[in-house]
Amino acid sequence: MSGKDRIEIFPSRMAQTIMKARLKGAQTGRNLLKKKSDALTLRFRQILKKIIETKMLMGEVMREAAFSLAEAKFTAGDFSTTVIQNVNKAQVKIRAKKDNVAGVTLPVFEHYHEGTDSYELTGLARGGEQLAKLKRNYAKAVELLVELASLQTSFVTLDEAIKITNRRVNAIEHVIIPRIERTLAYIITELDEREREEFYRLKKIQEKKKILKEKSEKDLKQRMAAGEVMEPANLLAEEKDEDLLFE
Amino acid sequence: MAGRGKLIAVIGDEDTVTGFLLGGIGELNKNRHPNFLVVEKDTTINEIEDTFRQLLNRDDIGIVLINQYIAEMVRHALDAHQRSIPAVLEIPSKDHPYDAAKDSILRRAKGMFTAEDLR
Repeated sequence: MSGKDRIEIFPSRMAQTIMKARLKGAQTGRNLLKKKSDALTLRFRQILKKIIETKMLMGEVMREAAFSLAEAKFTAGDFSTTVIQNVNKAQVKIRAKKDNVAGVTLPVFEHYHEGTDSYELTGLARGGEQLAKLKRNYAKAVELLVELASLQTSFVTLDEAIKITNRRVNAIEHVIIPRIERTLAYIITELDEREREEFYRLKKIQEKKKILKEKSEKDLKQRMAAGEVMEPANLLAEEKDEDLLFE
Repeated sequence: MAGRGKLIAVIGDEDTVTGFLLGGIGELNKNRHPNFLVVEKDTTINEIEDTFRQLLNRDDIGIVLINQYIAEMVRHALDAHQRSIPAVLEIPSKDHPYDAAKDSILRRAKGMFTAEDLR
């Protein structure tokens, strides 16, 4: 795969500064995401614990409710079909509210009552108190179950959020930051080499110049000795100037 | 906002459904479709699965309660449901007490740490 890549950029001092800033940014981002992931995981574990407790509790409440149902059936006869046929409108409904944890919106269920009990008129007169107790038990079970459902949806949503955040943290840590570091190293080596080249070039030029100078001086000396070239006139020496007519 | 209220659906044996209907969650929507299904000995798995999928696709249902032994029968449909709403809750019936090992939600958490450690 592209494991040994670096960012293609012309190596210059400015590029180096830019890369350094980017590295800093990536590291800060990774730390922030790690903190977010930790906060989410903490909340996740709390919710899981609560779910397990509530599920155990629910098992008991359901058992009790089923029990009272059996009692009521014993007293009032089999009213199941009556109940099922007479369904009309629900009295207990739920609303979904949004809760926010470390930047993740979690849905939370809230139950509310609406309208009157539609079974008032079904005429289940015999065993009236058993029935009332039964209805209360099941209403209590419903409340508990709504709470459990909230916990469960938070659980599932948090699970997803944690996975995404961890994926991002790993991506930054194992792909982005090494890439930037490699780019920085490359820029630094290029700049160093360029400096060395400059230095070397300068030295070579100086040597060449020195050789040239020596050669030309030698030449000049030779020619003066052979008498071809006079020394140029010295303006500062006070000698008589032949060209001046009037002194 | 009453308009946003969602329903609680039930898929269970006769006693479970009766009980919850008495608790006041039953409703017939405008097409006379109920938000519950009574599962008897002769109800086919396909029927249960179909009803389950329909309930999930309805947008006025927030929670689906399902007896655990029925959930076992349509386990694949349950596991395929990844959205957070509607929430699917497995409840015990009077013949089958609650077994945490089979709950599909808790099984997802098994990877993190065993549920038994928390008790």
